[in-house]
Amino acid sequence: MIPYLSLSIWVPILAGLAVLVLHRDSDAHRARWVALAGALAGFLVTLPLFTHFDTTTSALQFVERGEWIPRFDVWYFLGVDGISVLFVILNSLMTLLVVWAGWEVIQSRVAQYMAAFLIMSGLINGAFAAMDGVLFYVFFEAMLIPMYLIIGIWGGPRREYAAIKFFLYTLAGSVLMLVALVYLYNVTESFALQDWYRVPLSLPVQIALFAAFFLAFSVKVPMWPVHTWLPDAHVEAPTGGSVILAAITLKIGAYGFIRFILPILPDASRYLSGFVIVLSLVAVIYIGFVALVQADMKKLIAYSSISHMGFVTLGFFLFSPLGVEGALAQMISHGFVSAAMFLCVGVLYDRMHSRQIADFGGVANTMPKFAAFVMLFSMANAGLPATSGFVGEFLVILAAVKANPWLGFAAALTLILGAAYTLWMVKRVVFGAVANPHVAALADVSRREFWLLAVVAVAVLAMGIWPKPFVDVMHVSVIDLLAHVAKSKL
Amino acid sequence: MIAQLYTVLPEIAILVSACVVLIVDLFVPESKRHVSFWLTQVALLATIWIVVATAQLAPVHAFSGMVVDDMLSDVLRLFALVAVSLMLFYSRAYLMARGLFRGEMFVLTLFSLLGMMVMMAAANFITLYLGLELMSLSLYALVALQRDSSAPSEAAMKYFVLGALASGMLLYGISMIYGATGHLDLDRVADATLGVQGNRTLLVFGLVFVVSGIAFKLGVVPYHMWVPDVYHGAPTPVTLLIGTAPKLAAFAFTLRVLAGALKGLEFDWQGMLIVLAVLSMVLGNLVAIAQVNIKRMLAYSTIANMGFMLMGFLAADLNGYSAAMFYVVAYVLTSLASFGVMLLLSREGFEADQIDDFKGLNRRSPWWAFVMLIVMFSLAGVPPTLGFYAKFAVIEAAVNQGFVWLAVVAVLTSVVGAFYYLRVVKLMYFDDPVDTSPIVAPGDARALLSANGIALLVFGILPQYLMGLCTLAVTQSHF
Repeated sequence: MIPYLSLSIWVPILAGLAVLVLHRDSDAHRARWVALAGALAGFLVTLPLFTHFDTTTSALQFVERGEWIPRFDVWYFLGVDGISVLFVILNSLMTLLVVWAGWEVIQSRVAQYMAAFLIMSGLINGAFAAMDGVLFYVFFEAMLIPMYLIIGIWGGPRREYAAIKFFLYTLAGSVLMLVALVYLYNVTESFALQDWYRVPLSLPVQIALFAAFFLAFSVKVPMWPVHTWLPDAHVEAPTGGSVILAAITLKIGAYGFIRFILPILPDASRYLSGFVIVLSLVAVIYIGFVALVQADMKKLIAYSSISHMGFVTLGFFLFSPLGVEGALAQMISHGFVSAAMFLCVGVLYDRMHSRQIADFGGVANTMPKFAAFVMLFSMANAGLPATSGFVGEFLVILAAVKANPWLGFAAALTLILGAAYTLWMVKRVVFGAVANPHVAALADVSRREFWLLAVVAVAVLAMGIWPKPFVDVMHVSVIDLLAHVAKSKL
Repeated sequence: MIAQLYTVLPEIAILVSACVVLIVDLFVPESKRHVSFWLTQVALLATIWIVVATAQLAPVHAFSGMVVDDMLSDVLRLFALVAVSLMLFYSRAYLMARGLFRGEMFVLTLFSLLGMMVMMAAANFITLYLGLELMSLSLYALVALQRDSSAPSEAAMKYFVLGALASGMLLYGISMIYGATGHLDLDRVADATLGVQGNRTLLVFGLVFVVSGIAFKLGVVPYHMWVPDVYHGAPTPVTLLIGTAPKLAAFAFTLRVLAGALKGLEFDWQGMLIVLAVLSMVLGNLVAIAQVNIKRMLAYSTIANMGFMLMGFLAADLNGYSAAMFYVVAYVLTSLASFGVMLLLSREGFEADQIDDFKGLNRRSPWWAFVMLIVMFSLAGVPPTLGFYAKFAVIEAAVNQGFVWLAVVAVLTSVVGAFYYLRVVKLMYFDDPVDTSPIVAPGDARALLSANGIALLVFGILPQYLMGLCTLAVTQSHF
């Protein structure tokens, strides 16, 4: 049997190290090609995960298990189920796009840029595939290092502040999780997640552990009120960094909720579900309003990400198959849509070196192809039917209405708010008369940019028109997850 | 008698080679000083071989129980020898550029190493004290080696006065323990304290002084005042020496005295160590933020790290001791690389001891910036570096014994600590260089420093071997 999961982790990492060797500026072009080959190989090895995936079982698939640190019974234990498999593939695809997107844009320290993304990609795949607490933590933390460097080296004017804020926020959130992991090890004598799913825990202990895990994952998601690092990080990061941050790393936080919090701490989750739902609704509604008033396009999309992720946490804590599946669909859709939105802003930024909405206007006149793409992705961001954004939001709202009509009402506000901030931005940037001579001089998307956006556009439409394959993959695993949640561990 | 000599063969080898280097150096002309250097390196290598070749699992007591040769002493001696050897390689160019490449440097280093090795193998309070003083006196002299400048002399004076005070306290404590139990042999003291009656007050009183002495040698709050000044004032190679191998000796001291001889007073010293650990982690990490000199910053980082190590120690079981030992070994390996990079960047008339001297290192040399990056993340305890597993093991030990709150304090202070390590990374990677002179260093130092840096990463990905060695050392030594 071929260890596809190990390959999906180590192929990009080794490719990244290989790229680092070509660090001289004269080697920049060779570094790009090696990086592209590495990213492509990294993506190709994840495809069998989808084609060979058995959708009829919730058991772990592609399992790899080897002793790693015997002293603490830590295993190199990899496996995916219907919940995590899609994210491994999504991440590898995004890495390929990001390497491609940075092709001409990045001119300084090209090798290090490419290597950072490749290594990051391997670490993220590791976090999604790890079934051992320590292994997960190692991947979860290690990915901070490349992202710190990406924001700090290739970022905007306030990159140093944003990079350090990003690192410290996430680290502060996750260190308590380490104590929680060690505590669970002391109770169960094992670091395997599956053993933790079975261990009985009293409610006070569950609540304490919930607090530790919740802090770690809610910072990463990010949930209101610990979201403030995200707008800074997004605005300062280079386009590729924003894409990976929004499309993938936020998902790891949400993934942590369903991999750790819900099944390990079911009673605390149910006990505190009201609290999480309120925080999620604040994110959806309040942050939606905040997004409305942003003058910087990247900041607007950053706040829109927080708002959309609020939907994800809301869906999880409704504890119904519809809600969880909707949340997962929302995660994947948001992966595509936010990545596309940041790529679009990147296209404009590369030409104008500005992200201020006020500097643009009437872009459609000079960049018609680009305007079409922007329109499509904006519709998806607003959750229009037939785009991927609709599937997740609709399912979550449906679940919310079933739980409590008022809850559904509050959640549905996002449809209005999302449409408002997205379309208003599009109106000001893309439509209207040509605002100034700079806009008049804009050139339409290059062939590279066109295909880049086209790949994402196809994904967005495919998922919107025919979501069944995506939902099928996760369905059995979600049912199994909810069975864990329903069973009290007291 | 001959069989007994085997137990102290490494010490004999170091003593003989120190004397040989001392004499040979007299006849070596200034231009051929490297003869003494290589002689020292050969001696260290030979001693490493002796330690490995004579290692055995079962402890052997010798000389009427004055010394013990067990896995603990073997493993610690091994790491101390490696640390000293690397320190000499890293600092050769630095010493040459400053006229410090002299016989005294090598001889004093060997004598301090001898003191450390005696401490590691001691089974009696007298032997312990003997080793401690030999180590300390040699280190005082080493700090003052650059006698023409004022900072090192001042640092040496501070180190000496405070060190003498600590030694006095230690001796006072030992005398009280002797008074209470009637023994100086560590095993017999252990027997006496475990079945103690009557004079417990006297014992605890003695314990307070012993713990103070230990705390001074480890450099934990509130006995830390000497650390930043000495780290700052001493020539960088000597700082490197003080920051590495003596920590191993101090750990051996702590383990043999507290976990061995005074096991019966576990409850009492546990409380004291909690206070020391918490204060060190909080103060060390907070004050380090304010430093602009990287040697001072690393000094405060040492204070914080030793506090973290004590947290594993105070779990007071085999698990905790081996975690603490792993922590010290990991810390020593990381420290070696951190000062190694500093020595690499300094040249004649330029000490790379300001944090700003690291600005733009990535532009000047991506490789050394990468090594320093690994070092900084290892000190901060971010995976996948060795430092993470050290912290992990210690936290596990503490939580295992029910000190969850202590673990929470520790991880929160480590977030504070991450800030100043990140700042160094920020300067190296995000800023432009102010100093663009090429980095020159001898090939052997480059190769070893690279290996040192990679080791932090390799042991980070495969930590079980180093961890297993420390566990073996502690469990085979009957604590």
